[in-house]
Amino acid sequence: MPIEVDGKVLETDEEGYLANINDWVPGVADVMSKEDDLELTDEHWDIINFLREYYEEYQIAPAVRVLTKAVGKKLGKDKGNSKYLYGLFPYGPGKQACRYAGLPKPTGCV
Amino acid sequence: MTTKKFMYVNRRAPYGTIYAWEALEVVLIGAAFEQDVSMAFVDDGVFQLLKGQDTSGIDMKNFSPTYSALGDYEVTKIYVEKESLEERGLTLDDLQHLVWEDEDEDWAEKDSIRLVSRAELAEVFAGQDVMFNF
Repeated sequence: MPIEVDGKVLETDEEGYLANINDWVPGVADVMSKEDDLELTDEHWDIINFLREYYEEYQIAPAVRVLTKAVGKKLGKDKGNSKYLYGLFPYGPGKQACRYAGLPKPTGCV
Repeated sequence: MTTKKFMYVNRRAPYGTIYAWEALEVVLIGAAFEQDVSMAFVDDGVFQLLKGQDTSGIDMKNFSPTYSALGDYEVTKIYVEKESLEERGLTLDDLQHLVWEDEDEDWAEKDSIRLVSRAELAEVFAGQDVMFNF
């Protein structure tokens, strides 16, 4: 179902991921989180921005296991664990955060 | 579940066919199952690891940066066949420098690529439980 962000209609796939990664603007995360009844905090944005940087560097969305480890290294051990990440993104940090970040579904996400 | 030794053999150049990208995706997905994973690059497969790939002229995604993520997925054994490089006028310096970080040693970077001869690679293959050819 397409979503409307800043007056523009953006295509998504059947699971709600952006069809075109280049369409992404921060408003995408705001609109998607509103649909999930989730309020985005700086902590959420840390993860979303981290994922975008990861994609920029490696051209893939990391599996949740890889994300957890990488967040631990970059943002500190207290954040690099699934309890913290699932607390932020209850539908799964890999899937939900990648969707907000405009990335495809994580590679290695079963 | 007992751990098995999985070997993914890459024999084709990237982009001409879908094999290289598919193999990479299979490896990344398979890494979730915590097996003992190795990759080998032989014949034209060595071209997959070349530095400085530019796909802007062929309208395809340049997936070469993704090989650098293999370390994050705990794929740390990447065999490159020496003869295949030589036959194509290449050396190890023409390939990306792939590393993995050892969490147990304060994230020390270690080389992932192992340059082996055809005979050595045959021995590595003989020691595997499962082989995938791409």
